[in-house]
Amino acid sequence: MSVFAFYLFAISVIAGGLFTVVSRNPVHSVLWLILAFLSAAGLFVLLGAEFVAMLLIIVYVGAVAVLFLFVVMMLDVDFAELKAEMAKYMPLALLIGLVILMQFVMAFGAWESNAAAEGLRAQVTDTAVANTNALGMVLYDDYFLLFQLSGLILLVAMIGAIVLTLRHRGDVKRQDVVAQMMRDPSKAMNLHDVKPGQGLR
Amino acid sequence: MADFFFNTTLGMILLIVGQILLVVVPLLVALAFLMYLDRKIWASVQLRRGPNVVGVYGLLQSFADFGKYIVKEIVVPAGADRPVFFLAPMITLVMALVAWSVIPFNDGWVLSDINVAILFVFAVSSLEVYGVIMGGWASNSKYPFLGSLRSAAQMISYEVSLGLIIIGIIISTGSMNFSGIVAAQDSNYGLLSWYWLPHFPMLILFFISALAETNRPPFDLPEAESELVAGYQVEYSSTPFLLFMIGELVAVVLMCALISLMFFGGWLSPIPGLPDGIFWMIAKMGIVFFFFSLIKAITPRYRYDQLMRLGWKVFLPFSLFWVVFVAFAAKFGWFWGIYARWTVGG
Repeated sequence: MSVFAFYLFAISVIAGGLFTVVSRNPVHSVLWLILAFLSAAGLFVLLGAEFVAMLLIIVYVGAVAVLFLFVVMMLDVDFAELKAEMAKYMPLALLIGLVILMQFVMAFGAWESNAAAEGLRAQVTDTAVANTNALGMVLYDDYFLLFQLSGLILLVAMIGAIVLTLRHRGDVKRQDVVAQMMRDPSKAMNLHDVKPGQGLR
Repeated sequence: MADFFFNTTLGMILLIVGQILLVVVPLLVALAFLMYLDRKIWASVQLRRGPNVVGVYGLLQSFADFGKYIVKEIVVPAGADRPVFFLAPMITLVMALVAWSVIPFNDGWVLSDINVAILFVFAVSSLEVYGVIMGGWASNSKYPFLGSLRSAAQMISYEVSLGLIIIGIIISTGSMNFSGIVAAQDSNYGLLSWYWLPHFPMLILFFISALAETNRPPFDLPEAESELVAGYQVEYSSTPFLLFMIGELVAVVLMCALISLMFFGGWLSPIPGLPDGIFWMIAKMGIVFFFFSLIKAITPRYRYDQLMRLGWKVFLPFSLFWVVFVAFAAKFGWFWGIYARWTVGG
């Protein structure tokens, strides 16, 4: 059963990645990318890392990819122009791809792993402890400070983004929610006796 | 016979398919009557009669509607992205149904008893937004596109506060498994030991966020008829529209199930001494659904900026505070330890 599931997910990761690259429509590309993320989450589940799988779906598919999709939908992309550019950069891209592929081959060809590591790789934690609990123990006990630090880095990035985009404009009417809720007919209406031919002064 | 089902691959697959049908078929049949109930409650509030023609008291109205949707013509707008256009309603329905695989109906009555059940439901409900976005975009039309953008922003915003609310429950239980959460609410005091009491503010917040997450009134901005005709569904007709509608309603019933499990003890009996069982679970879901319907009838629609303000400036800070509060209360055993009901580890 899990072998079928593995091949199903593996094929759909690769297909998703491939179609992300070759799709003509950028929105379709993002949708294929989402398929690749989902299938990768399936592979994580098969590895027994269900917490990481759920995080992958919630963070990447549920939030990041939605933002991608928003941005791509809003962009006005001229495909003919992109096509012309592609032919120009193709030789360079092929060269870079080839270099990276050779590096991979060399790196993996020379890689010798410890015999004990083979067994550890399949089963990193004790099976009695659920891997969510195990992750919690490691993150909040052993690496507590590093975890806090990474949170702080994200906070700084967030504040930075807000500072960069926030503009205070004086000419905009702002809403005051409390004032809106406190409004009642006696404050909102004035009765005037308008004389004919004179209007309000 | 049993040997075939438990020891061969084909048998296992058949067994799983059978179990899935056992959940999905009653769910969909119940849905037909829930839709009828929804309309009846709405009508009662407005002193109307509601559907009363098809069948006794109009009970078969939903089935008649079903037939009507199926036989209508499917209209695809010119310039629509056909594959995505038809994929969108299917995604909505499938994602709404997939979440039911981890919902237990009774002690041990669950399709897949996984450790991260709450996260799974959360992950799947975060995928539901794609049905809306894809539907709006693929229609190649202005109103659906605007409606889907609004709707997506709304769903993402309220997912954040739903997630934080769930964390309080997880801290109290020490487990993300629904059976664990229900087991943690079990004690000799009946309904007083359920989470609605210690987590009462979160119950209110969860209920309101669930309304927003499922695009129910008063937060039905995506389909605000007066401004956007019907949001992302404008260009849909016939069966694709039906799929959207069923998908939305399944998501609503799922929220009812989540509220019953997390705050009202699932299948536990409210009165000590009475037996626990699936009927309690169904009754609780029914009561929560009644409130969902009632809210639809008695509240005016929110404005979009009010909705966003409520989500980000009110719910988010308050639920964040609550997470910190629950963490302290559970750690130091405040309030006679009602916040620390760890069923595992601890």
